[in-house]
Amino acid sequence: MLRAVRRKWSEIMNAKGKVIKYGNNVDTDVIIPARYLNTTDPAELASHCMEDLDEKFTARVQKGDVMVAGKNFGCGSSREHAPIAIKASGISCVIAETFARIFYRNAINIGLPILECPEAAQDIKDGDEAEIDFDKGVIKNLTTGKTYQGQPFPEFMQELIAANGLVEYIKKSLAK
Amino acid sequence: MGMTMTQKILAAHAGLDSVTAGQLIKAKLDMVLGNDITSPVAIKEFEKVGLDRVFDGNKIAIVPDHFTPNKDIKSAEQVKVCREFSKKMGIVNFFEVGQMGVEHALLPEKGLVVPGDVVIGADSHTCTYGALGAFSTGIGSTDMAAGMATGEAWFKVPEAIKFVLSGKPQKWVGGKDVILHIIGMIGVDGALYKSMEFTGDGVSALSMDDRFSMANMAIEAGGKNGIFEVDEKTVEYVREHSLRSYEVFKADEDAVYSEVYEIDLASIKPTVAFPHLPENARTIDNVGEVRIDQVVIGSCTNGRIEDMRAAAAVLKGRKVHEDVRCIIIPATQKIWKQAMNEGLFDIFIEAGAAVSTPTCGPCLGGHMGILAKGERAVATTNRNFVGRMGHPESEVYLAGPAIAAASAVAGKIAGPDEI
Repeated sequence: MLRAVRRKWSEIMNAKGKVIKYGNNVDTDVIIPARYLNTTDPAELASHCMEDLDEKFTARVQKGDVMVAGKNFGCGSSREHAPIAIKASGISCVIAETFARIFYRNAINIGLPILECPEAAQDIKDGDEAEIDFDKGVIKNLTTGKTYQGQPFPEFMQELIAANGLVEYIKKSLAK
Repeated sequence: MGMTMTQKILAAHAGLDSVTAGQLIKAKLDMVLGNDITSPVAIKEFEKVGLDRVFDGNKIAIVPDHFTPNKDIKSAEQVKVCREFSKKMGIVNFFEVGQMGVEHALLPEKGLVVPGDVVIGADSHTCTYGALGAFSTGIGSTDMAAGMATGEAWFKVPEAIKFVLSGKPQKWVGGKDVILHIIGMIGVDGALYKSMEFTGDGVSALSMDDRFSMANMAIEAGGKNGIFEVDEKTVEYVREHSLRSYEVFKADEDAVYSEVYEIDLASIKPTVAFPHLPENARTIDNVGEVRIDQVVIGSCTNGRIEDMRAAAAVLKGRKVHEDVRCIIIPATQKIWKQAMNEGLFDIFIEAGAAVSTPTCGPCLGGHMGILAKGERAVATTNRNFVGRMGHPESEVYLAGPAIAAASAVAGKIAGPDEI
């Protein structure tokens, strides 16, 4: 059973792309400013993603790109619109030294892959190419050839993501 | 091994004798909360589950407070989604404009949270109810949807930092100054994933409103929750506001803490957090000359009656500076009426301040007081991130109501003794 879940998980959770890098304490107000929270449409949210911190982001981001940041990524408001905007903008994974806890939960719940790895988050530079193996928690910087061991998700969270998020997970458990 | 206050509450709600830090548990929920920004996303997710009922219509609260009274058509549509869902699902605690208040001021006032509860809210400042000795924490919309469906949520049991408070705060020092001091000390990620437990003799010197302000900003230190030991003041507050029975949890003598800080409340000076992080705390004697354009007194952090009284004590017989807009927002209808009956509005209006109906409004740059490029505000709110109150090149300085009111008079950041 576990193997089956794991395999499915790794199928869902592989990422490879160009790195877009930010600093410490990237808050949810700059990820998606509150003035745009009168909608829940992912595409509309994505069109304003990061604009108060980096107005070039939306023009620059390509599908599959990897966001790398410092400490306390996603601090502030509980708005799920933040991971939704990042995911809808095409980002395949966020790597940070640490995540603020509500953002961490929200990302898992909506199926935005994230990984905590201080060493990788410090080392990897803007514009590098990175590849992530979520099953092992391994990050490879394809530009420099260096690999990093991140913190893989606990099994329970892997199951959540393998189920395609919390809502699907609950649907299954309610059906039992 | 001994448990912290938070761990004991979580264990009891998970049906376990004990829990340890790092353990993943499923806990029963006493209250699930959402607002007009987060609930529509949660409702969309809830509908995907395919249930035609919520777990308990009495244990869910939906408070449209962020963009209300509806600031534009899109916001009106969002609130409509909340209203229709609440009716359909028999959610008793939906609060329409006229009943509504800023959610974290409203729920304790309505007696919807009592000591020992486990509360999740799709709003990061849900940690406010720790002032009542409850475990309460912010989550996102999907967790809210799951909570509404099942009445449960998963948690990683947190470690805790213990803050042992002693002494009595000086004049003009309130809970806001204490929590800004603490965030300045440990940083905006100083309590990441952890509980902040407030204990010691000094707790008795803090009013409930002080405690609500402090627990409210636990999230600004990255905390999972902030929680106060229950004492006579808590019991009296709950008796006045709620008919629910409750259980008081105390930390074990041998509870393990990752850090312990001892804080003498008498040593804390009025404090301001400079842009763009709440950790940029400076005491009022170290702020220098900072001209301002706006003052906001309100929010889930400092929109309560004692905040109104502190602002009035400073503004009485004085005038708001000609270059400043001063906006005062009592957080709930009850506080509004009380402030009105105490004559505080006469003081505010004679001083040249505007008094608004309850709303989160300007705190998050929603409406009712947005900043233009280059403008500066002193606000009793909780965040001073880039663009928080308006233009990305505007600035927010966080402070308690006494400094905010004094700054409105002075036209620059000032303490009440300087005007």
